[in-house]
Amino acid sequence: MMATKTLNPKTAVNQQERNQPVTRKALVADGQPSLNPMPRIRNLFSAGPVMPGESYGAPGRGKSLAISVVTATSLLLLWYLVTAAGWIGPLFLPSPLAVVARFWEILTEGFAGASLMEHTGWSMLRVFGAFTLAMATAIPIGILMGVNRVARGLFDPIIEFYRPLPPLAYLPLVIIWLGIGETSKIVLIYLAIFAPMALSARAGVRSVAIEQIHAAYSMGASRWQVIRYIILKNALPEILTGMRIGIGFGWTTLVAAEMVAAQAGLGFMVLNAAEFLVTDVVIMGIVMIGIIAYLFDMLMRYAEKTLVPWKGK
Amino acid sequence: MSKLQIHDVSVVYPGLNGGEQVRALSDINFTIDPGEFVVALGASGCGKTTLLSLMAGFISPTEGYLTLGESQISGLPRVACGIDLHDKIDGPGKERGVVFQKHALLPWLNVIENTEFGLKLQGVGKTERRERATHFLKLVGLEEFHNHPVYQLSGGMQQRVGIARALTNDPKMLLLDEPLGALDALTREVLQELLLDVWKETQKMMFFITHSVEEALFMASRLIIMSPRPGRITHEFKLDFNERFLECRDARKVKSMPDFIAMREEVLSIIHGDEVVGGLH
Repeated sequence: MMATKTLNPKTAVNQQERNQPVTRKALVADGQPSLNPMPRIRNLFSAGPVMPGESYGAPGRGKSLAISVVTATSLLLLWYLVTAAGWIGPLFLPSPLAVVARFWEILTEGFAGASLMEHTGWSMLRVFGAFTLAMATAIPIGILMGVNRVARGLFDPIIEFYRPLPPLAYLPLVIIWLGIGETSKIVLIYLAIFAPMALSARAGVRSVAIEQIHAAYSMGASRWQVIRYIILKNALPEILTGMRIGIGFGWTTLVAAEMVAAQAGLGFMVLNAAEFLVTDVVIMGIVMIGIIAYLFDMLMRYAEKTLVPWKGK
Repeated sequence: MSKLQIHDVSVVYPGLNGGEQVRALSDINFTIDPGEFVVALGASGCGKTTLLSLMAGFISPTEGYLTLGESQISGLPRVACGIDLHDKIDGPGKERGVVFQKHALLPWLNVIENTEFGLKLQGVGKTERRERATHFLKLVGLEEFHNHPVYQLSGGMQQRVGIARALTNDPKMLLLDEPLGALDALTREVLQELLLDVWKETQKMMFFITHSVEEALFMASRLIIMSPRPGRITHEFKLDFNERFLECRDARKVKSMPDFIAMREEVLSIIHGDEVVGGLH
């Protein structure tokens, strides 16, 4: 009976809780902050509570945020140092301060005939427009490919053929067919997003456990109800993953799409600045694209957490 | 009252890559009477799960057919054979509830939503289906967990939800495919008793598959032992250990009765004989 009690998981949790204040006490002696900062810093970089006493768990567990922050800060610092010391000329790498200054300048005065808001707005319109179109078509087609062999036979060779092609390879063809207007730009991004999204939706449909389908049938479900209540719900996590992958492809295709006959856009801004060797604008454009893509990815992760909390359970 | 009948059923799977055909079930003739608790026991590959899938209607036999009361579950239409059947083949349906070993609950629904899912499919109004689902959640002892996400429940509790869900549909029979197979020994014994209580309370026909000899003897009113290559029923026993438990409420006492132990040894020797023969192939 005693042995069972010590093995009780609840007791194990208490043990862990009891351990925490002890480690904190080591840092703060008698309520006085310790003069030696080393333990505090070491604590910042420790893996954090994983499992009490676990030394042979899966490798790579624990927190990594503090390390990432240090990496990013060091890179920025290094960037500042090499430019401030004059080791690299501003043509190759302008200083971060120059980039920030250029950001204010373009925000107020614009660049290449368009304001920064216009550049950003046009790019977002293209990427999110293509993304919306892809969602409206790729997800239904991917689901159809999963549940219907005719649809799979129809679309599979097309998607599998063009999917590995670099968008730059078929850009000329898209322009020949659709002209140099907005359509060809959106279509190019759309094609890049379509394939991963459709394939994810299809994979999601195929991932359903046969027991769930059988259970639904033996509760009187019709074929349509099985698709609607079981298969589509099951595919949702993978559809969301496909959307995340898809929008990533969209951003990577943006610069290619804005190569020909664009008047505004972040990709156009970067290309235009490169032609005139305005390196700080090039870097600024890259950072802008990176930040927007990252923020949207955070949004998607939040959507995943709230829409499919059962994912991986 | 309707009974489930299996008429001359064989199931032959085509060989993989042009290999030999596999006779998963051979010439099964078998009836489950109303109120019976039938347990199927046998070594792996003896066709237990194939038999259950036939009863559920998930697969069709290569030869023969199955009926539940007046309606035909699967097989070729038999209107012409002098048996008065409709020429409609039912396939899976709500009069035969299935409980699986695992993975069959819907993780995006909570406990009560899973339980009432069948009624929702049939278009039953929310108030009524909540009421009926709550009744069966009470029966399996999960009423206070009705709002919990199912993926946070323990394996034993998930199986309770699975049982309540199958019952809520008010099927004529329950098909249980190793429902306790993935559970720890203690939970397993608790759920064995629960299932017997459910059986007594609802008087449903039960078809229960297990690998555990003790479980089979404890649960069955009729035990069938199956043999592999080809899958067939080799032995049949009428048992009353489940009735004895429902009277005395002491599972350990029933499981340690001399005739229980004698029966257990007999069944074990039958199954072990199969495995030796199987090993020689």
